[in-house]
Amino acid sequence: MLRRTTNGHSVWQEMERMRRELDRMSDGFSLRRAPNFPALNVWTNIEGALVTAEVPGVEPDAIDISIVDRTLILRGSRQVDDLGENVKMHRQERGYGEFQRTLSLPFHIETEQIKATFKNGVLTIILPRAEEEKPKKIAVQTA
Amino acid sequence: MSEQTKEFETEKEEVATPEGVETTRTGRTYVPQVDIYENADGIWIWADLPGVDEKSLDITLEKSVLTLDAQAPLLWPEGYNLIHAEYETGNYHRAFKLSETVDQDKIEATIKNGVLKLHIPFATGPQKRQIQVQSA
Repeated sequence: MLRRTTNGHSVWQEMERMRRELDRMSDGFSLRRAPNFPALNVWTNIEGALVTAEVPGVEPDAIDISIVDRTLILRGSRQVDDLGENVKMHRQERGYGEFQRTLSLPFHIETEQIKATFKNGVLTIILPRAEEEKPKKIAVQTA
Repeated sequence: MSEQTKEFETEKEEVATPEGVETTRTGRTYVPQVDIYENADGIWIWADLPGVDEKSLDITLEKSVLTLDAQAPLLWPEGYNLIHAEYETGNYHRAFKLSETVDQDKIEATIKNGVLKLHIPFATGPQKRQIQVQSA
């Protein structure tokens, strides 16, 4: 279901189109600045939602995913390696500690069927839409 | 593991390229965040490279310059519409000049969960010699 491509030309066009639309709508403010760590990308279709987050260095069992109503709550923490005594710091750019993000989804989720995978520091969460909220086909009958 | 906190940064910084020069690939190139520490065993560098594994990472050492180049795959799920984007994926690039006190032949690199860990031990062999200058 997930397709990886190194030739991202056509998909980058879609990203660029989104940027331009966001620019137009919000005075040159392009990608929405994440209010908190981690930054999230959200996709949807009729079947549900898919959320990705970059959480490098976080152990998969240190990630907590929960759903309350239509809100996704992502919690976790990451710590730095302990180097022992007499450590001199040259640069410190990476963040660490606890983090939490909440995300409002456009529909309710079948909580039991949430799937999350973690690879190379990227978390992917698949959230199937609640059955009762899926669009139903309405048959048009001839009178 | 020490219990500390430091604010996480989610905004990615792009590599500065000389005016008019572009990369041959599409997509952006970012500067990965690093922590650099030093202890008695040498220099330690951690770099955040989400989406990168050992196959998509190139580390080269030339003339005491250590260069990291990596490609994070573009994950674009089929059959979905992007409704909210807070980050982009792309390539990573960063370079460091190493001092002469390190042993360039013994650099160790491991990558796990998108974090690269580099250990650059100090040289233990014959060191640089200072040559005294005397006035004639």
